[in-house]
Amino acid sequence: MNEKLSIIREEALAAVKAASSTAELNDIRVRVLGKKGELTAILRSMGSLAPEDRPKVGQMVNEARAEIESAVEARTAALAAQERDARLKAEALDVTIPGKKRPLGKLHPLTQTYYEMRDIFVGMGFTVAEGPEVEYDKYNFTMLNIPKDHPARDMQDTFYVNDDIVLRTHTSPVQVRTMLSQKPPIRIISPGRVYRSDDVDATHSPIFNQIEGLVIDKGVTMADLRGVLDVFAKELYGEHTKTRLRPSYFPFTEPSAEVDLSCMACGGKGCRICKGSGWIEILGSGMVNPKVLEMCGIDPEVYSGFAFGIGIDRVCNAKFGISDIRLLYENDLRFLSQF
Amino acid sequence: MRIPMKWLSRYVDLTGVTAEQVAALLTSRGLEIAGIEQLGEDIQNVVVGRIDSITPHPDSDHMLICMVDAGSGEELQIVTGAPNVKVGDHVPVALHGSHLPGGVKIKKGKLRGVESCGMLCSGEELQLTEHDFPGAGEYGILILREKPDIGTDIREVVGLNDQVLEAEPTPNRPDFQSVIGVAREVAAALGRPLTLPKPQVKEESGHNIHDFVKVEVENGELCPRYMARTVRDIKIEPSPAWMRDSLRAAGIRAINNIVDITNYVMLEYGQPMHAFDLACVDDNHIVVRTPRPGEEHVTTLDNKERELTPDTLLICDAQKPVGVAGVMGGLNSEITENTKTVLFESAKFNGYSLRLTAKRMGLMTEASQRFVKGIDIEATQTALERACELVELLGAGKVDRGVIDVVKTDLSRRTITARPEKINARVALEVPAEQMAGILNSLCVPPTLREDGLLHVEVPHFRDDIEGEADISEEVARVVGYDHIPLTLMRGDLSRGRLTLRQRRVDSVRSLLCAEGAYECVTYSFTGPAAYDKLLLPENSPCRSSVKILNPFGEDASLMRTTLAVSMLPTVALNLNQKAESFRLYEISQVHFPAGQEGVIPEEKQMVCIAAVGPQEDFYTLKGVVEQLCGGLGIDDYSFAAGGPEYYHPGRKAVLTIAGKQAGVLGEVHPTAAENYGISERVYLAELELDALFAGIVPERKYRALPRYPAVDRDLAVVLDASVPAGSVAAAIRKAAGKLCEKTELFDVYTGSHVPEGQKSLAYSIRLRSDDHTLSEEEINSAMHKIVAALEKDFGAKLRS
Repeated sequence: MNEKLSIIREEALAAVKAASSTAELNDIRVRVLGKKGELTAILRSMGSLAPEDRPKVGQMVNEARAEIESAVEARTAALAAQERDARLKAEALDVTIPGKKRPLGKLHPLTQTYYEMRDIFVGMGFTVAEGPEVEYDKYNFTMLNIPKDHPARDMQDTFYVNDDIVLRTHTSPVQVRTMLSQKPPIRIISPGRVYRSDDVDATHSPIFNQIEGLVIDKGVTMADLRGVLDVFAKELYGEHTKTRLRPSYFPFTEPSAEVDLSCMACGGKGCRICKGSGWIEILGSGMVNPKVLEMCGIDPEVYSGFAFGIGIDRVCNAKFGISDIRLLYENDLRFLSQF
Repeated sequence: MRIPMKWLSRYVDLTGVTAEQVAALLTSRGLEIAGIEQLGEDIQNVVVGRIDSITPHPDSDHMLICMVDAGSGEELQIVTGAPNVKVGDHVPVALHGSHLPGGVKIKKGKLRGVESCGMLCSGEELQLTEHDFPGAGEYGILILREKPDIGTDIREVVGLNDQVLEAEPTPNRPDFQSVIGVAREVAAALGRPLTLPKPQVKEESGHNIHDFVKVEVENGELCPRYMARTVRDIKIEPSPAWMRDSLRAAGIRAINNIVDITNYVMLEYGQPMHAFDLACVDDNHIVVRTPRPGEEHVTTLDNKERELTPDTLLICDAQKPVGVAGVMGGLNSEITENTKTVLFESAKFNGYSLRLTAKRMGLMTEASQRFVKGIDIEATQTALERACELVELLGAGKVDRGVIDVVKTDLSRRTITARPEKINARVALEVPAEQMAGILNSLCVPPTLREDGLLHVEVPHFRDDIEGEADISEEVARVVGYDHIPLTLMRGDLSRGRLTLRQRRVDSVRSLLCAEGAYECVTYSFTGPAAYDKLLLPENSPCRSSVKILNPFGEDASLMRTTLAVSMLPTVALNLNQKAESFRLYEISQVHFPAGQEGVIPEEKQMVCIAAVGPQEDFYTLKGVVEQLCGGLGIDDYSFAAGGPEYYHPGRKAVLTIAGKQAGVLGEVHPTAAENYGISERVYLAELELDALFAGIVPERKYRALPRYPAVDRDLAVVLDASVPAGSVAAAIRKAAGKLCEKTELFDVYTGSHVPEGQKSLAYSIRLRSDDHTLSEEEINSAMHKIVAALEKDFGAKLRS
């Protein structure tokens, strides 16, 4: 019996050692340790032994079982690791093959530019006000101190729907509507599409986009205007950007100023883009004309404010280096997909 | 406005100041100088020479060999082909290495074997006409009659040694439409004195205007001031070089002494003037009035017949119109060589009325522009005196005594009382009141600083734009310099800068559509009737009722679009033409519908239009985009039903309903409509109204307990009539299974073998679950039976075996 047990043990351990797959090991386990396995057969045959020998043999069988079980376990683990390694090796991919993806669209460069500008102003506490594109003459002109007989009407070539209704030439009517409906403090930007019957060329389009700003509160000064525009310029084009105000004229502001930014292309040294001047004219601005405040029901003795207007198209073209405004409205995918 | 530096220096000493410096100063003070032109820039190394001898060319019968002294100390041999030169003539000589207008370079060379060290120039070769310089229009070499010094640069002789500032005045500064107005600003900027002419008229004719001329202004509103003087014994001649050169530099052609004087004074003072031949003025009677009944036309100086409207202001004699006020004189009273007596008109006309007239006639002249922008009613008088002084100075005629001055307005000056501290507060400066007074004084707007600390300002009429304290703050700030204004950030209550819910939703629509692979487009809002024809819209379609533009660029841009399809389809066509095969596009923009009520602005709707083109696109991929958009926005309640406008495929179009309201349409574009845009591919289009979409967004979502009991999935395939919409079948399944039904999903639609003709098979996956117990087999079977029975009853559906 001893001898038989010893043979079973030796053979089983040798088989475990030689096994080359987890399946083979499983076979060994069943053959030796299973319910009908060799070791079990020995246990079952113990009845034929002398009673005094039984515990001893029983112990030997259990020892052999433990030894074989642990050998199987160890070998299984080793083989499983090997097999996994082999599988992983076989599964290696060419990671440089392009990914599988659903196509993504893109925002129009005008929208991208608008978002960037809008974020800057929203960060400074502005809210966004909107209004109609086809607008009353009185909101677009009269209440902005541009009565019918004002020579400044010639500054803006206007599309008319009738005597009293125009395609808005700027988003300033939204400012008027805001002043009429809201008490100061007011801090808004009014973005949107505007219309001018200009001749169309590389820098002029009958339709373009603006962001105008309006701030009204007690004690607002032209220094606040400079401050806000300076922050805007630095956020948009970087900390080194300088702003310069030049006297100008808009009927709805007094004093009025054109705002130049140091050229983003050359940093102010002078280049082709700034035509050698080092500056790029990008904004119109000024202190809100007291007459406008009065017409909109705000007491100019108590409140003051400033306003400014920026062309989004111009900023967009400068940002992306687009040379012709008409490209923005053609929507050629070879163009749209670049940004 | 062109401002010649030489002319400017007549009023302010410009010694030691360059044109560039003047330009920079003016620009920094609000008069933008767009450029500086150097006159005669293209003429170089051309000098005055004297012809000392002339011999015929040995090998030519028309060329001459001239020996010329051009001041270099040696005689130059120059060959010329012009026959008009004589010994002793002073002529322009283009020396070796010289430049002439048009990029011509002159070098030494041989003409038929004879050396020529340069060229004698004609007026034409120097690009001069008779108007610019007497003799320049003659055929042949320009003979310099005044015999200027030998060796002098020709540019000095012909008045081209000048620089011109190209000024772009803003509309509030009509005074900058005159050389004196600009000089005033330059003098203030340089801190140098301003020296203005003080016209003195001798009035030597022995006659008095009041004895024979009468002026009547019928419409004082349109003509607040009309002044006249008369001049007799007129001698029409060319005006002197200084005047011609000044006019040419300023961009106006010299004509003759009388016309030149009116133009010179207009540029000098900004006061347009007109000279009438008094012989053509019936009864010597000037009437300023609007047309009489029956007066429908007038022929202006340019020999064109102009139509009159009832509000056209006319200058008339006793009988007939002799000019359109402020716009152009009439042909019948034009100054000619035979003019003997002239009436000079210096008047102020209403700018607005004149603007309408000038625009209607298409006649924006130098004069009418100035009236439109507004002229200095005080200068009306000075300019008239100046014109008469120039007449005497030029010997062009004898001035009569007396001035007619019809004033129909209050000539007194505006006065303003301004608070220095308010001025400072507005522009964030700390300028002492005394300095403010000094600034205003330098601008010729005389102030008085009163004891109560207030500034009392009397505004001369050339600065009618100064209306109040705010305007004075601008004068102070621009003179001190905007650079001196500090930079501060707004104080006050913290304001909440953020986007509104709606604005964030519009942003979401953009993000969702980009995520669906669509590129955003931006197109023009204009369209035209032809575009609606292309879209096959019937005559009575509400989409045809568009907002019309009175003054459009053209018929095809005369309407505000009512559908974005008119812009999207051309964009699709453009990209197909550029060989794009498969793409998605979208645009978010407004469409407009007339309000249907006089004087009310149109209704505006913000739409999104989506287009999909390409081999893998079909109705359902586009519908998928719309469903993703709805789902992404958080809309639960939406449904589709067959239907939509004419430009969609009749069998492949659907109306989207959200929360019971039509929110848009989608479908395949009708092939005829697509062809009308040159598109042969199938195009899928959706047009959705943003506010209708947003109305369906579930505003707040509440937690629902997670399921605690298992679900059961069952598949069901039924065969039914092909015309039954799958959406109705799904709805019937949900209804029949009641609250046990958690989900139904259509996973197969089949027609073909094993399915009878005219029928289709629909396969659904149905998930059943109860939220309070595990479903028993009986419950499940009963639910499935109910479903099958309902489908059979509603649609005649049979279980597919």
